[in-house]
Amino acid sequence: MTSPSTSSDAPLCDLTQLGRPKSVSARTWRERLIVGTLAIAATFSIFVTTTIVVVLARETIGFFEFPDVSLVEFFTGLEWNPLLGAEKHFGIWPLVSGTLLVTVIAASFALPVGLISAIYLSEYASPRVRAILKPGLEILAGIPTVVYGFFALTVITPLLQKANPFLETFGGGDAPIAFGNYNAMAAGLATGIMILPIVCSLSEDALRAVPRSLRDGAFALGGTRFDVSVKVVLPAALSGIVAAFLLAISRAVGETMIVALAAGGIAQITANPSAEVQTMTAYMVQIFLGDAPATGVEYKSSYAVAATLFVMTFVITMIGQWVLRRFREEYD
Amino acid sequence: MAKSRSIASRVFKDRAFLWACLVATNVAIVVLAVLLISIFWQGWDTLSWKFITSFASRKPSEAGILAPLMGSVWVCTICGLVALPLGVGTAIYLEEFAKRSWFTKIVQTNIMNLAGVPSIVYGILGLTAFARMFGAFGTNVDDAYTIGNEESFFFLRIPFGSSVLAGGLTLMLVILPVVIISTQEALRAVPSSLRSGALALGATPWQTVWGITLPAAIPGIMTGAILSMSRAIGESAPLLVLGGLLLVFNTPTNLMSDFAILPLQIYNWAGRPQDEFHAIAASAIIIQLCVLLFFNGIAVFIRQKLQKPLQ
Repeated sequence: MTSPSTSSDAPLCDLTQLGRPKSVSARTWRERLIVGTLAIAATFSIFVTTTIVVVLARETIGFFEFPDVSLVEFFTGLEWNPLLGAEKHFGIWPLVSGTLLVTVIAASFALPVGLISAIYLSEYASPRVRAILKPGLEILAGIPTVVYGFFALTVITPLLQKANPFLETFGGGDAPIAFGNYNAMAAGLATGIMILPIVCSLSEDALRAVPRSLRDGAFALGGTRFDVSVKVVLPAALSGIVAAFLLAISRAVGETMIVALAAGGIAQITANPSAEVQTMTAYMVQIFLGDAPATGVEYKSSYAVAATLFVMTFVITMIGQWVLRRFREEYD
Repeated sequence: MAKSRSIASRVFKDRAFLWACLVATNVAIVVLAVLLISIFWQGWDTLSWKFITSFASRKPSEAGILAPLMGSVWVCTICGLVALPLGVGTAIYLEEFAKRSWFTKIVQTNIMNLAGVPSIVYGILGLTAFARMFGAFGTNVDDAYTIGNEESFFFLRIPFGSSVLAGGLTLMLVILPVVIISTQEALRAVPSSLRSGALALGATPWQTVWGITLPAAIPGIMTGAILSMSRAIGESAPLLVLGGLLLVFNTPTNLMSDFAILPLQIYNWAGRPQDEFHAIAASAIIIQLCVLLFFNGIAVFIRQKLQKPLQ
């Protein structure tokens, strides 16, 4: 064993002050007790996951036992209207489509902006600029999502509506583009702002983990800063960046308060960003805030939606971890 | 000749990319500025001491945030008291004691997955597990089992219902993975030479952890803990599932009190069509952001002042 190297002048802790139990066996038992307690704490997380799965599965099965619900309709139906109309339809696709529309808008804003900012912070920015930008991003990351929802509703939507006269002149046709008080665009942009710090800081971590020697080598071969950062460092950090993207996307899929405030409440299949859409999370909010009886089919349907959401985000997270493991470039 | 042109085009690309970088980075800054300015613009006029010290009201001019503010304090305190020991304990076990086995691998993967679960799903879990206790004790609140009397602070009712205790425990589920992951990173940053030194002097593994590793990792652990608490303060979706939007006219007095929290009060006001309610929502957001800034400030302070290089 190598001799312990002490770096600081004063030792961190005086070992004689640690309060030794009298006998070795008492000490061993105390030790086992502590480690056992810690192990139980670690098992708690497994218990949490199991409970989530069991609760969602049990209630979802309960939902499918209702007479007017069918598994086939749930996965293939294009209509979702449990709360209105004489005939109730439980097809998940309108909610999935609303979620995807908001997520696509959020991702097409946050992923490029976040990645380019990350490259700038990691490869170009001077320490002084970083010292200003990083806390700014951290503040952005700490803002509660309900604040972004409020921002979407009171700032982004009115701004988008300023474009309405212009859009009415040039747009039109079957699906007129005009922003109402609730629309997918505002919710998507606000969600994009929310995930921007995640994309940026995780991508930056991945870029900074690329060893210096790669950059030095590329510069020595005559590469410009652009060549070095985009053609050498970026590919080397790709697994981490893809994982960051996937994490951000799963956040956008599961985002609740922004869409509940700004996206509206009409479950419909559309690719029109000015349309009102309902996401899976917004539907759950509607049910849990509403007065649907806890034993009714409407109430139970929210569990089936939650299970779908859980499976979607779980799959995205698993793909992210797989990408990290499988495509990690090791330089040593 | 061809060569010099190619250099020119490469230099041009380099310049263009730098401009793209500056634009992209400024987007984030501009958005942050617009967000803060618009909220202060909307909410500054209605912000007053009376706003902080009065209860909810149907009239926006008389409404205040005392109940949600105190509700947030109660819920987050309970959340922190449970999540921090549990999370730090898990991280210590995984980093310092657990052998690399299939079990550890599963726990680790599972924690990463839990971090990605949408918070509203935790709300459903909290509703089923804490508020209703899986229906094992009946569904009627009136014939619930009670422990202690209602006057005392630790009055318990089983099942918990939509109480501050159930709310705090639900939030605990949300931030637990964050606490575990940040603590693990802090422990990993402690150089192994320190541990080897302690072990070589005859300290037991636990003595090494308690006397050497933990003190060295404490700044990192505290930073992570504060940042996860600031996440807990802003989290609203799970508690919306748990209790809905309650109009509460008193501050919590015991673990079974009903509660409102600040972000949900903001949601409630922001969701109304009248501008007056938007104004007080913005005022409440200002208070919320001040609390968050205070927490983040402490985290930055700890990172700057207490973290001494160990290598």
